[in-house]
Amino acid sequence: MSSYSPARVRADVPMLHRQVHGHPLTYLDSASSTLPPRAVIEAMDRYYECHHSNVHRGVYLTAEEATADYEGARAAVARFINAPGGAEEVVFTKNTTESFNLLARSWGASQTQPGDAVVVTEMEHHANVVPWFQLRDSHGIEVRFIPVGDDFRLDLSHVERVLAGAKLLSVTGMSNVLGTRNDLAALARLAHDHGALFAVDGAQSVAHGSTDVARDGIDFLAFSGHKMLGPTGVGVLWARRSLLEAMPPFLGGGGMIADVRTDGFTPAAGVARFEAGTPPIAEAVGLHAAIRYLEGLGPDAVEAHERELTRDALERLESTFADRVRVIGPHDVIDRGGVLSLDVEGVHPHDVAQVLDQHGVCVRPGHHCAKPLMRRFGLAATARASFGPYSLTRDTDALIEGLGHALALFA
Amino acid sequence: MAPLDDLYREIILDHYRTPRNRGELATPPAHRVEGFNPLCGDEVTLYLELRDGRLADIKMTGRGCSISQASASLMGAAVKGKTLEEVNAALERFRQLMTVTETRLDEGAEPEPLDVRSLGELAALAGVVKFPVRIKCAMLAWATLAQGLSEASSH
Ligand SMILES: Cc1ncc(COP(=O)(O)O)c(C=O)c1O
Repeated sequence: MSSYSPARVRADVPMLHRQVHGHPLTYLDSASSTLPPRAVIEAMDRYYECHHSNVHRGVYLTAEEATADYEGARAAVARFINAPGGAEEVVFTKNTTESFNLLARSWGASQTQPGDAVVVTEMEHHANVVPWFQLRDSHGIEVRFIPVGDDFRLDLSHVERVLAGAKLLSVTGMSNVLGTRNDLAALARLAHDHGALFAVDGAQSVAHGSTDVARDGIDFLAFSGHKMLGPTGVGVLWARRSLLEAMPPFLGGGGMIADVRTDGFTPAAGVARFEAGTPPIAEAVGLHAAIRYLEGLGPDAVEAHERELTRDALERLESTFADRVRVIGPHDVIDRGGVLSLDVEGVHPHDVAQVLDQHGVCVRPGHHCAKPLMRRFGLAATARASFGPYSLTRDTDALIEGLGHALALFA
Repeated sequence: MAPLDDLYREIILDHYRTPRNRGELATPPAHRVEGFNPLCGDEVTLYLELRDGRLADIKMTGRGCSISQASASLMGAAVKGKTLEEVNAALERFRQLMTVTETRLDEGAEPEPLDVRSLGELAALAGVVKFPVRIKCAMLAWATLAQGLSEASSH
């Protein structure tokens, strides 16, 4: 049973106790990065104070402890996403971006032929676009896009044609601009029916609802620790074991080899082959603590809370500002997460964010690393407010008050 | 952090709401140059007409935040009709104005008394330096002007 209380989460997050410009911090930028609870910070402190050593090398006690901590984190990740093959399918990376680069450079470069297609969508973050263009330039693959409709959802009307002959369909679990959640199980079936594998960008979805790669039929999953209450510097690429086993290493060096001679090298077996060099050990420990913390809250309870916040915010933005503040994203809360991209009449997103900052409200202006999507809607930038497990309706109060000031200043 | 009024001076808001020298010039004789600020998607396109060692005319289009667009408008008003020497001197003074020095970011420190009077209305942008993220916005039109002048003179 989840005993989730957003107010208690708020109390657990040290940063939410500071003031900025004389106001309590209103943090509405969880889509960029979430704020870690004390449990995560303390787990990392404890690691550095008591257990730090390099992993997979020493035989002394603390080296064993560090290795156990690091591998324990891998097991926790596997459980968290319900990986059918367990920890042996979990590769630690630096972040989602590195995970996609590993996928493109390793799986892509070894398993695609010139003329093969990789299909992404118009709502992808650049992390799930640029590595495929790089693969196109080096290996002659084709990159195709599933368009986004005027309803801010994937337009699947021509998907049969787009998927014909595709090797991979790679889609975000939730858009970091629109808040749109995609139906991963349905997309997995579509991909598999066309003989393609199915990859998911979980950066925006893993901390805001349940993730289950087995249930949804996912083949690859990428995500970042810092967007799920964990630290920066650690991310994950999960791949089905049979796929992972066929993938060659990407980065070379220490830790990823079975043998090195003067005439060449033999890569290590298993996930070690993808983790060259000293890995982010303390960060993996922090991620483990974040996973425990999220599991304690209950992913479904968090999702329900953020849905209610989003419904309330959409309603109040509409009733307060009508046409003067446009939400670029679905206006209902079905299959939608807590990301609100705002277009404020006559006020550039940078100015919106600057005025809001003066009231202690953190939102993110810009193109959100999703330029194909911004272009699709004819926008250079939006001001984006996004919720996390610690968000409360009083954050929306502060947002609405600040937007009023921005409109007044530039009117 | 400095108060918001330091950034959004009345002159800046005025130039944002009513930008000067908007429009295009025929190319040629004018030289066309585009500038982008990828961070926030600010865009400025300048049309520069050089004649007899002067920036005889300047027009511009663009979109972006108040700082980038007001800075472009203020720049146009400051450099139009000036000799190239004067334009380059204004560019240099504006660069100085936008340079972050350690003391300027110190709590409560006033902007250096850099000959602000010689800048005229441009002095309204002096507060931008206290908001370092926005310096790129303010510099956009000026960097684009510098690029345009060097392209035009090498033709
Ligand atoms: C959907 C999505 N994918 C990928 C990323 C990239 O994450 P990271 O910067 O941690 O690699 C982000 C973060 O902004 C994102 O929102």
